[in-house]
Amino acid sequence: MRRALWVLAVLLSHWRRHKMQFATLLVGLIAATALWSGVQAINQQARTAYDRAAATFGGARTAMLVAPDAATFPQELYVKLRRAGWPVSPTLEGRVQVNGRSLRLLGIEPVTLPVEIGNAPRLGASDLGSFVAPPGQTLVAPETLSDLHEAEGASLPISNGAKLPPLRVLPQLAPGVLVVDIGVAQRLLNKPDQVSRLLIGQPKSKPAGLASVVGDQLQQVEPTAETELERLTDSFHLNLTAFGLLSFFVGLFIVNSAVGLAFEQRLPMLRTLRACGASARLVNSVLVVELVALALIAGLIGLVCGYFIAAVLLPDVAASLRGLYGAQIPGQLSLRPEWWFAGIGISIAGALVAATTSLIKAIRMPVLATAQPRAWQQRQRRWLVLQSLAACAVFAVGLLLLGYGESLIAGFGLLAALMLGAALILPAFLELLLLAGQRAARRPLALWFWADSRQQLSGLSLALMALLLALAVNVGVSTMVETFSRTFLGWLNGRLAADVYISASDDGQGVAIRNWLKERSDVQAILSGGRAETQVQGQPVELLGLPDHALYRERWPLLEAVPQAWTRLVPGNAAFISEQLSRRLNVRIGDVVEVPAPGGSWELDIVGIYADYGNPKGQLTVNVAALIRQFPQTPQTRIGLIVAKENIPGLIGALQKQFALDDRSVADQATVKAESIRIFNRTFAVTSALNAFTLGVAGIALFTSLLTLANSRLPQLAPLWAIGITRPHLAAIELTKTLSVALFTALLAVPLGLLVAWCLIAIVNVKAFGWRLPFHVFPLQLVELVAVALVASMLAALLPVIRLARMQPASLVKVFANER
Amino acid sequence: MLNIKNLSKTFSSAGEPVHVLRGVDLDLRAGERIALTGESGSGKSTLLHLIAGLDAADGGTIRLEDIEVTALSDAGRARLRRDRIGLVFQQFNLIPSLSVADNLAFQARIAERQDAAWTKELVERLGLGALLKRYPEQLSGGQQQRVAIGRALAIKPSLLLADEPTGNLDEATAENVLALTRDLVARTGCGFLMVTHSLHLAATLDRHLTLHAGRIA
Repeated sequence: MRRALWVLAVLLSHWRRHKMQFATLLVGLIAATALWSGVQAINQQARTAYDRAAATFGGARTAMLVAPDAATFPQELYVKLRRAGWPVSPTLEGRVQVNGRSLRLLGIEPVTLPVEIGNAPRLGASDLGSFVAPPGQTLVAPETLSDLHEAEGASLPISNGAKLPPLRVLPQLAPGVLVVDIGVAQRLLNKPDQVSRLLIGQPKSKPAGLASVVGDQLQQVEPTAETELERLTDSFHLNLTAFGLLSFFVGLFIVNSAVGLAFEQRLPMLRTLRACGASARLVNSVLVVELVALALIAGLIGLVCGYFIAAVLLPDVAASLRGLYGAQIPGQLSLRPEWWFAGIGISIAGALVAATTSLIKAIRMPVLATAQPRAWQQRQRRWLVLQSLAACAVFAVGLLLLGYGESLIAGFGLLAALMLGAALILPAFLELLLLAGQRAARRPLALWFWADSRQQLSGLSLALMALLLALAVNVGVSTMVETFSRTFLGWLNGRLAADVYISASDDGQGVAIRNWLKERSDVQAILSGGRAETQVQGQPVELLGLPDHALYRERWPLLEAVPQAWTRLVPGNAAFISEQLSRRLNVRIGDVVEVPAPGGSWELDIVGIYADYGNPKGQLTVNVAALIRQFPQTPQTRIGLIVAKENIPGLIGALQKQFALDDRSVADQATVKAESIRIFNRTFAVTSALNAFTLGVAGIALFTSLLTLANSRLPQLAPLWAIGITRPHLAAIELTKTLSVALFTALLAVPLGLLVAWCLIAIVNVKAFGWRLPFHVFPLQLVELVAVALVASMLAALLPVIRLARMQPASLVKVFANER
Repeated sequence: MLNIKNLSKTFSSAGEPVHVLRGVDLDLRAGERIALTGESGSGKSTLLHLIAGLDAADGGTIRLEDIEVTALSDAGRARLRRDRIGLVFQQFNLIPSLSVADNLAFQARIAERQDAAWTKELVERLGLGALLKRYPEQLSGGQQQRVAIGRALAIKPSLLLADEPTGNLDEATAENVLALTRDLVARTGCGFLMVTHSLHLAATLDRHLTLHAGRIA
């Protein structure tokens, strides 16, 4: 043991003398662990929230009985089933407005609630009485209580004037849900004796057949392992994971270059250790122990950094998920012990992977050194050929995925293949470029410039690969975001056609507002809309009712349509379909979609397809009058107005005064647009932050590679200094060389990045969200990114170059005194 | 103490076999000091490496005291070097990140055979007292070689092997270093086998052997 400790002390003494190299190794490991763990923390937080939501008193994880049209059904069916031995429990669900917020109200029947409903929060026996007996209780998550700015025990009014029972916090509950006794829910939602669904518990004996008790009035829905929310948000989390993984690998590039250089520098030390009698097994074991110990320390620091990264990004992620999918994620980070262990594990595994080459070299290292520079050169050439062949194989896999891949994973696989292949082929490409330069050079210094750049390439190639990947992802994602941003703004201008939007609290208020508006001369048109929800082929679908008005014909953003499409909507037998729903249902113009309606099946001819960015649900747009005919329960609370710009503030003020409407219930177009753009920008804030992090880590990779290479390059530079080239001149040549290879890499990153953007827009987005954007290239943005890459490379090269320019002649002379 | 019989070693160069050693026989008694000379490529260093167990022989036997070196595994040869052999190289091979004091104690620590009194004596005899806190890069060539010799002798080895230990030193320093080595070898009573190109230095040892065409002439 003492022997091993002595060997460890000797190995560690290297870092004492090479502090910058040590810092580089730690920075690489910390960056890799921090970015990966940060992203994982966010994903875990979101998944925990989905689990909580899914398990809220019988979510998707519980078997249940529902009406075929997904509407409510009479409570007597519940009574019949209980009598027939079915262990069912009724729930009623709806939405209510509390303190200006729309929340999900869930009525449960706690006595019959099955005990097996997943990890649902339980009501203790002692609490049962106070939950059921008047005035009852409204159970809420701590996050909801804080969102409402209320204290426990408060009794809040809802929009129809009725009052909720006093609030009580239940920590396990999902945010955004109010849980009350079903009797209270029926009263608050004005649905006496109505039930939304029946949760099914474990039967003690086999009950009578469902059909024999309730006929075809109810159908059984089996529990699913993955919730609708999880399915919808999968792509978002996959996106984050992909970024985390990319940053992780870029971080590992740093570790690889630091460990590799340390190994080369410690080679004589390892040989001396072996020559003095330390066995190969002992030395190699201690090398691994040293690496694991460093990974452990760096992993812990990385985890703390990861926690802060996650904490900083979480509010934006929560806003994105709320905006894109309506998912409620608590804004405060809470982490499980598994996250810490996984983080440490990934740090150690990453360090071992990054150090594999060096460790294998150490294991195979003969005690006696053999100087074979030509053999080394040939090995390098062989390695370049092998790497290029591997790149071709990866590109071939990418082509197969492009041709035959159907899923989102295949889309990401194609992206990964594209980037991995490009990274692998980069050194060979640069080698050819530099070789061409060398062949064209005539003057001796120019010849040396190209030849030395080639020699430097093997030491820099990993850092350049990291730079290429980071830049390509930046180009790709920036192009995609910019494309999306411009398309989204154009689309928003078309969709937000009305000048003022009103959301009445109920139908009665809606009628009163419309009547009041008809009397006003400043209102040019009243556009009453409506929304209903249904299911088509098992998919939740939103039905949007629009009035027939010239404004929509002019501005509504249709991607494809038959001639006279708007006229075709008016009779009520035609619809427009959202792009994502058309893809999901594989429906095209001319097809017919059957929509289950309370009065029977409603057949709709598809006469147009429109973009519906940011809506997780599929949507069908129909004429509003037809919608109300088919779905008489449709709330008629949404009103759009056409008003001259100068009359808008006055009209909004008058509406607020007359009907006590708050800012959420009445807003002008500019406010709604600004809010939508704010949500849009927050959605991509995370992407931009991770983008910047990745580029930053790649910059560090380049910096550390150049810094560590600087020392080993003295033997190449000293002879030039000896024959009369000044140190500042040498430094300038070094800087030019670094900038040249960085420029070549950056220029290669541009077409690669545009390919990445194309993959994101044409494949990943389509598979993840169901919409395809037009592909645009933004030249100014590309120039900007190449300039950023060059500035980053210059900053990375500056310190080693300054050190060289200021180097004491004695240091250069030493090169001739020592072995070369 | 060291008994070598019919030792052979062949390398491959550009696909062709090169017979470096073709049946070397050598005996070295405890306390005896032998110089080995020969032209470049004659196999002097190879012979030294085989004795130290840094490389494996193709044929023949090497016996050091009661141990047959040629029968040992890689780990066994490492143990042998650790406990019984001191090695001195032309390039000094000090560990740059360790101070002189740590370099001196290095092999003794690995062998778990630290002897404070002996180390102190070595420091005094080698004239390293003022240099203990310095690092190798802060020493002259002669000073570095004295540290390397101290490191090799700190374990009181049975056999000290030196591969051109004065090759990097000027004549006066070389004589000085060798004189110190001879004294210390006499003090420990170990065997000493030195490879050198200098016939002058070779003449200062007990025996002078020449390696020619893979055999001891």
